Amino acid sequence: MSRFSKASLSGALVLAFATLAGGTALADGKYSGVGRPATRAEIHAWDIDVRPDFKGLRPGSGSVDQGQEVWEAKCASCHGSFGESNEVHTPLIGGTTKDDIKTGHVLSLVKGDAPQRSAIMKVATVSTLFDYINRAMPLTAPKSLSNDEVYGLVAYLLNLAEIVPADFVLNEKNIAEAQARMPNRNGMSTDHGMWPGAPASKGGIGNGGKPDVKNTACMSNCKTEVKVASLLPVYAETAHGNLAEQNRAVGPVRGKDTSGKAVTVAAAPAPLSENAAAAKLANDSGCMACHGVANKIVGPGYNEVVAKYKGQADAEAKLVAKVKAGGQGVWGAIPMPPQGHLKDGDIRSLVKWILSGAKAQ
Amino acid sequence: MADQPTQRGRVRPAPENFLTETDILAVKEGRRDFLRNALLTASATLAGGTAARAADGDPNILTLPAWTTSLGQPVAARPYGLPSQYEKGLQRRESPGLTRMPQVSVSFAPLQGLFGIITPSGLHFERHHQGWVDIDPSKHRLMVHGTDDGFLKQPKVYTVDDILRLPPVSRMHFIECGANTGMEWGNVAVPTVQYSHGMLSCSEFTGVPLRLILEDCGIDWKKAKYVLAEGADGSSMTRTIPIELVQSDEVLVAYGQNGEMLRPENGYPLRLVVPGVQGVSWVKWLRRIEVGDKPWATKDEAIHYIDLMPDGQHRQYTSVQECKSVITTPSGGQILLDKGFYNISGLAWSGRGKIKRVDVSTDGGINWRPARIEGPVNSKCLTRFNIDWVWDGKPAILQSRAMDETGYVQPGYGQLRAVRGSKSIYHNNAIQSWKVTEGGEVSNVQVL
Ligand code: HEC
Ligand code: HEC
Repeated sequence: MSRFSKASLSGALVLAFATLAGGTALADGKYSGVGRPATRAEIHAWDIDVRPDFKGLRPGSGSVDQGQEVWEAKCASCHGSFGESNEVHTPLIGGTTKDDIKTGHVLSLVKGDAPQRSAIMKVATVSTLFDYINRAMPLTAPKSLSNDEVYGLVAYLLNLAEIVPADFVLNEKNIAEAQARMPNRNGMSTDHGMWPGAPASKGGIGNGGKPDVKNTACMSNCKTEVKVASLLPVYAETAHGNLAEQNRAVGPVRGKDTSGKAVTVAAAPAPLSENAAAAKLANDSGCMACHGVANKIVGPGYNEVVAKYKGQADAEAKLVAKVKAGGQGVWGAIPMPPQGHLKDGDIRSLVKWILSGAKAQ
Repeated sequence: MADQPTQRGRVRPAPENFLTETDILAVKEGRRDFLRNALLTASATLAGGTAARAADGDPNILTLPAWTTSLGQPVAARPYGLPSQYEKGLQRRESPGLTRMPQVSVSFAPLQGLFGIITPSGLHFERHHQGWVDIDPSKHRLMVHGTDDGFLKQPKVYTVDDILRLPPVSRMHFIECGANTGMEWGNVAVPTVQYSHGMLSCSEFTGVPLRLILEDCGIDWKKAKYVLAEGADGSSMTRTIPIELVQSDEVLVAYGQNGEMLRPENGYPLRLVVPGVQGVSWVKWLRRIEVGDKPWATKDEAIHYIDLMPDGQHRQYTSVQECKSVITTPSGGQILLDKGFYNISGLAWSGRGKIKRVDVSTDGGINWRPARIEGPVNSKCLTRFNIDWVWDGKPAILQSRAMDETGYVQPGYGQLRAVRGSKSIYHNNAIQSWKVTEGGEVSNVQVL
């Protein structure tokens, strides 16, 4: 419990705690000592959501002009000057008409001829725009806008979609008028079976979980012909990189080579650098079980070996002999076992590599 | 592959790049003997031995490899373990061109190579709306309050210490993005199961039922109809959750994932777990729960995650992930190396409960056979199925069709489109088809 951890509690919180809880509320519950009352200020700081009925909306105002100014400075780079850009995200504005504002249902959605769906074509509730801009935009500095700036930005976007006039000043009172003109305000349906709570008939949403699509578990001769309606377009196969490298290289199947490169017989792996080869040899030969590059394990760290033999011309020959024959006493009482099973040339490479600093690459 | 001496070649099946142009041609023409030739070449080349030497047996047996004749690595050489260097192919990946900013994007889990039902935490799919964050747990708070004063006796603040003190439960559940398979509504668009179905993962989650926390705040269950969950990241993602699901004890405030804390990409230190419901409701970096009596129509339930129907209406608050399945191997972009025995394996799941049955067809849906369901079979959890298949080298179309405990049967593309058209983006649970050619190439197709 945070009460007992001095590190995590500021003086202010301790004070708030004492004032609000009085220490008694906590002992009452089943989980005594867990959690503490939230202060009014804390709830105010985080409870910023705005519902479709504008519950949660804080009073304020912003004109279309003010909104445009903030928009140009903080939003246009990604969304375009008129909310039309498709660069970073799908367009915010576009595709709605004066008629849609009357009917409350975007006609191009009904006709199915809209090339793209902008946010304003879809959204039914103006509260959503306010709530979202306030909590999440601009993308790189969310929650940096003032309440009035958010009002202005919403006013500007509504003006772009011709929902409000250019001289409009949006505030907490007239936002309901804007709602009444949202072009797709009647475009939402909750008559489906995919809400996991109480159905509309019981004050909730949807039809209570009745699926709209039905299939049966037919087992044999279920149809007379197999109609392939769509095949993978060639560009889509190669657009996702080399599928051979996206599958396991062992097992009953392999990934298809979609690299577009000529198929070669047994592609040779890229040769290792001299250092990398020596590092691999040290690993494979078991040296690294007893030596660290920069730390002692059983034997000295290679950095210590370098330091000890710095400037000694005969060091290489001496150490090759030592590694081959093994021995003890130079670094302590623990012996190094003879490493004579390695080729002389390999031992020499290893010692050279150690004395040159045992670099990985 | 009939002659004895070459049988051992199966020990080193030919990767693609061992095949010469002539071999490839042979595959395209549907000749199956190409493999034997390719394998002989491959093993001769690689082992560095002569053909005569190879006749004595497999050089991988006759010549002891380095790992058998040397000292291995020390313990804790990698204090947080990593997969083998040979498993690099299986990674989460973005689908090129799908999104425009990597912080506002998706990476897909490599279902084509996963076994069983649990997704390794490092391969769990990602969907972020404003980048992912790694939150200092000592500074993280969960606030629980009501839209008005009447919903809770006492709005409260919990530290992560507090949440970890409460009695936990551990449960396995799948999480699927509502837009999984969304690119395929109109036509085939992506080559592999990673991109077609990889916004799907399954973990064992550990956490505290949200019901318990709300009761600790003295909730008035009669007044409460919905809760709003909110994240602590820049997007402060919000979603409306029905109170009935909370009351059922299924909704968790989770901190554990597969035995360790949640990964930051998955919401460290706290996330909501909403079994059976699309991933967007599983709010990550959970910082706030508000109890209210009306839904909120947040951005991701009023501009996105709404399903466009053929009549031009959008369905709002579609949340349940209906019964679905997919064969993960053999699957799109793979190549069968030989005729003969294969284990067809896949995953089935339902947001409405347990999987009851999975049927598999190898002839494009004319005839079906029931698959073996591997345990455990949990509610709202991935379920693995397997079925034997002997491939005769002829063209085939592989499909799976799942049924859940409510009796609902996964629909075909024709059935789904007849009701919902092809523009709804979300909740595509159609039967997936993989076409196998004579050459053994598997590709994504749609069958009505
Ligand atoms: C750096 C680029 C960037 C800037 C700057 C930016 N946005 Fe956005 N905006 C985005 C992205 C990306 C999304 C989609 C986020 C998501 O998918 O969750 C978005 C979403 C939105 C949406 C919701 C519509 C939808 O389709 O999701 C609104 C409204 C919006 N932005 C308004 C603004 C406003 C107002 C500003 C300026 C204060 C602003 N944006 C600045 C990138 C930006
Ligand atoms: C079982 C543990 C062990 C293994 C394996 C091992 N060493 Fe050592 N090594 C030691 C010890 C202990 C010493 C210190 C010997 C001494 O004090 O004289 C040592 C010392 C050395 C020295 C410094 C010798 C000196 O006289 O200053 C070098 C160089 C060296 N090892 C290289 C190698 C190489 C190269 C390998 C791999 C081929 C290897 N070691 C494998 C334990 C080991």
